[in-house]
Amino acid sequence: MFNAVPATCFEPVDAASASWPAAPTPNATNPASARDEAALTDLLRHPGIWRRRSAPAATIATQPSGHAALDALLPGGGWPQGALCELLVEHDGLGECSLLLPTLAALTQARRRVVLVAPPWIAYAPALAAAGIDLRQLVQLDASSNNTHWSIEQCLRSGCCGAVLGWLPRTDYRELRRLQLAAETGGTLGFMFRPLAAADSASPSTLRLRIGTVQGEPQLELLKCRGRVGGMVGMRLRA
Amino acid sequence: MLWLCLRFPRLTLDALQTTASAVDARPCAVIDGPMPSRHIVLADAASQAAGVRAGQPLASAQALCPRLRTLARDRAAEQQSLQAFATLAWRYSAELCVHAPDSILLEVGASLKLFGGWPALQRRLRSELAHGGFSCQIAAAPTASAAHVLACAHGDIAVTTMSALHSALTTLPIAHSGLDDKTIDALHGMGLRRLGELFRLPRAQLGRRLGAAMLVRLDRLRGLLADEGARWQPPAGFQRRIEFDSEVTSTTALAFVLQRLIRELALFLLARDGGVQRFGLVIGHARDARTRIDVGLLAPQRDAASLFELARARLERCALPAPALSLALHADELPPLVPAHQDLFEAHARSTLDWPALAERLRARLGDDALHGLACHADHRPARAWQRIAPALGARADSSRASRSDPPADATSFTSAPRPFWLLQRPLALRQAPQRILAGPERIESGWWDGHDQRRDYYIVELRSGQRAWAFVEAGTQSPWTLHGWFA
Repeated sequence: MFNAVPATCFEPVDAASASWPAAPTPNATNPASARDEAALTDLLRHPGIWRRRSAPAATIATQPSGHAALDALLPGGGWPQGALCELLVEHDGLGECSLLLPTLAALTQARRRVVLVAPPWIAYAPALAAAGIDLRQLVQLDASSNNTHWSIEQCLRSGCCGAVLGWLPRTDYRELRRLQLAAETGGTLGFMFRPLAAADSASPSTLRLRIGTVQGEPQLELLKCRGRVGGMVGMRLRA
Repeated sequence: MLWLCLRFPRLTLDALQTTASAVDARPCAVIDGPMPSRHIVLADAASQAAGVRAGQPLASAQALCPRLRTLARDRAAEQQSLQAFATLAWRYSAELCVHAPDSILLEVGASLKLFGGWPALQRRLRSELAHGGFSCQIAAAPTASAAHVLACAHGDIAVTTMSALHSALTTLPIAHSGLDDKTIDALHGMGLRRLGELFRLPRAQLGRRLGAAMLVRLDRLRGLLADEGARWQPPAGFQRRIEFDSEVTSTTALAFVLQRLIRELALFLLARDGGVQRFGLVIGHARDARTRIDVGLLAPQRDAASLFELARARLERCALPAPALSLALHADELPPLVPAHQDLFEAHARSTLDWPALAERLRARLGDDALHGLACHADHRPARAWQRIAPALGARADSSRASRSDPPADATSFTSAPRPFWLLQRPLALRQAPQRILAGPERIESGWWDGHDQRRDYYIVELRSGQRAWAFVEAGTQSPWTLHGWFA
């Protein structure tokens, strides 16, 4: 029966009316409206209904992304810790990897290990060093395509890596679910790069970012984000 | 001091029966000696009931028991079994002698408390020794010679004080005293039957008559003279081979055998307080053909579960060229193991697997070269400005040793000019002319001395699709454009 509950129940409500459990207003003069309100209150009391408050209640562990605009977009002000982030990229060279550089620099400087699994090109050490990444903490893993998922899962699950970056040209929901669970188990940041064509398929990831171009200008767009409340969904990648 | 004598009275038979594949219910005996005068060395209970005795000629034994199954004595197998037991016993005491042909002597008095006293230690030893199906007698005495003599005479016995030892020895028949046969015959001829009678005789005259060696022997028995015996040392390496009764074609079946081998290896390493960094598996096939699998680890280990997991991953990657008949494990290098120490106040305590273990697991499945680190290299040519290096090994890569051994030049870039995140393995022709040039040219001209001369003008360009690329033209020209990297 709760499929029939109108979707407007999940729309933001203002703080005054969201003081749940809401009691019927005592000075209601119209009996019909008072009855409706009581019925609504009863309905809303059902545990199956979740009403979003004006402020996000859940506090999630995050890792600052190092970009103020992006931190403002993401709930908790950064990359969700122990979760999978998908970056769906239209082309190489839009600044999709540079987006992660401040995070990776912060992690490696805090002596946490970062693993790159099956990168498509050479991750260029001079550029990484210039971005402040401690190369001693960086490990690259060359895995054949049928071992990529396994390797990423092992690294995520182990909990001894700060972040795992994986490039997955082909994957499916089931594999991503495994990776998501592994990231939760190990409390590791997992960044998965996928082609933009995967944006239409369902995904269990906590965060999905679309990185494409609008009129030749690279744009970042939040496709999915757990725990987000309203606000902007996109930003420009280049200042 | 409390010496234990572990005696294996049926060693000659038991050592043969572990390798004999078929279980045969017929009475059996071990034979030895040159062809015309073969004689029985040891007979089992069934053949003894038929009247077969040690020392009998083979012909008379076969006459007494026509169904007798004879096994030729294998001294090498006996020695190997004895060495295996010594390795096992080494865990209880480092003061250990192998007393040929069938006994091991070890001093346990010093660490008796550690193992929970004599009854607990005895139970523990028995359960471990009984594992291979060998029958064993355990005798304890304050001196090593006495422990051995009592084990031969009485089997299981524990004499823990000097006074009890003295009375035990006094009643011991001279025939069991461990003296040589000629002396025993001579003493019997004098009408002496027990050691006690011998002890009462005047020492000087006894020595003159029967030799000083006998006096030394008696003194050692009573603890008047220190025992001497070469201290046994465990072997420097581990070799173990298991043969199969039938051909094995699947690596899954081999994994079971492997598990047993690895468990033995782990016990051996534990006893030696060492680790293993490199070991080999040799799969034997018909006609002496062999398949060798080398397992190399980043750091010494001795945990059976993780060693097994790594070895199995390598075994499963290997395709068997022919059915297997045996599996052997060789570990020759046994470096000392330094257990990883962990930070008491570790901030990231959620780690379920530490980095060395993870690295081993990845290497086992993906190959030794799959894992590597990245470093800058002092060269102006972009393709040579980076290099692959061996990955950092420390449990936490922050160990000060690792940072000291790394040359500081490798951690920082050689140039301050912007460099792309991605470098292409091989430069590609740029299909479209760049829409905008954002920076450049940066002339990179180097390498005339090593035959890989490069003269290029590098630009940061933006393409029509919005991508930023690192592209170059040959120095002094305007085209063609070649793509060398992406500012991803």
